[in-house]
Amino acid sequence: MSDVTEVPARRRFKAIGLISGGLDSTLAARVLLEQGLEVVGLHFSTGFCMNDHRRALARPDEDPRRMRNEGLRAGADLGIPIEVLDAGEAYLRMVLDPKHGYGKRANPCIDCRIFMIHGAAEYMRQNGGDFVFTGEVLGQRPMSQHMQALRLIEKECGIEGYLLRPLSAQHLLPTMPERLGWVDRERLLGITGRSRKEQMSLSEQWGIQDYPQPSGGCCFLADENFAKRFHDKREHTPVEAIRREELILLKVGRHFRLTPGVKIIVARDESENRFLERFRNGGWCFEALDCGSPITLVEGDPDEPTRRLIAAITARYSDRRHEPFVEVAARQGDREERILVPPVSDGALQAYRL
Amino acid sequence: MPTHDRGADPAPEVRSDAVLDTVGLFCPVPIIRTSERVRRMQTGEILEVLSDDRVILIDMPAWCRSTGHTYLGSRQGGAEYHLFVRKGGER
Repeated sequence: MSDVTEVPARRRFKAIGLISGGLDSTLAARVLLEQGLEVVGLHFSTGFCMNDHRRALARPDEDPRRMRNEGLRAGADLGIPIEVLDAGEAYLRMVLDPKHGYGKRANPCIDCRIFMIHGAAEYMRQNGGDFVFTGEVLGQRPMSQHMQALRLIEKECGIEGYLLRPLSAQHLLPTMPERLGWVDRERLLGITGRSRKEQMSLSEQWGIQDYPQPSGGCCFLADENFAKRFHDKREHTPVEAIRREELILLKVGRHFRLTPGVKIIVARDESENRFLERFRNGGWCFEALDCGSPITLVEGDPDEPTRRLIAAITARYSDRRHEPFVEVAARQGDREERILVPPVSDGALQAYRL
Repeated sequence: MPTHDRGADPAPEVRSDAVLDTVGLFCPVPIIRTSERVRRMQTGEILEVLSDDRVILIDMPAWCRSTGHTYLGSRQGGAEYHLFVRKGGER
């Protein structure tokens, strides 16, 4: 008989984390890996990622490395599985009518965090896991990362006590994973504020070198130009009637609001022409004839004077913009009109620009 | 005739057990579909993924590294890429 008492192996606790691929979420995962936890990353595809849009445009001169999926790259570097999840229609509905409102642009940051953390909690319930973590840093972002917002997010996600923010944990109340000893609180961090010095120092220490520049600047919803178009759309269309394609089109081309019921999108280059072609459906589409021309997509049903204005705008962005008159084709399904117009002046155009 | 693309390991003359066509789909849908399809396959089986998104040549190896599958490389035929993934014991 052996006099060695068999001790059951300590269970390896499993943390489910939101991994954007930015430095903060990467470090948060690394902090937990350092403690021997099993980590699974979730990467939500929201439809508003600038990288994804650049990929859809497929401009041949873009460096593919700048368009890679950072969540997948981070997962590979960390050696953790990454599950890419489509946020889908539910996310769009949230973006169009966020309970906690928008930030400075069209960014519903609090609702976005709630959506994703709630999704992580749901994933955990279905696939197993002990708690959820994020790379949030107390005081880093004005809307969603102050103390009150962090508490509100946790409460509304329905996982109170089971949401760990490893980068700022020492400034927050101990979570259940800390209280139960799954995670050593002493080895969690106490980072606060907008300075990234500590994160940079840690990344150097851990040899994490390949990450996107920290800025939060990869989301269309936080972009000034996109926000103008987004709020214009909400103002002129009942929110419940706004379709996914209409939001996709806000990312591309030059936008002009001509009347309350008519808006146009003018492509800026060949890639955008190809992109807009996919969204022609049965609506009006304009193109200058016998020259390089943008495609102009029309939302709404323009009357005759408005169609002349659209033709003049299309002519303005065609290769024949310096000629006194340009012939423009206006097509809707099988119907085609030819309109001969002088290109609109830049001054006149400004009144319509979004 | 298909040519090997630069920057990825050339795929050997592998025979795929299943084919997934993601041509025309925007990122990251091809990866989501790949993940769903691989889940229904047996360990060791090979999935061939068709895509016209050149950045998938970076994303697919990363996804394989993170999830425990083996990226066998890719071939290019016209504007389409054929990527080969061998299912591993998932993490």
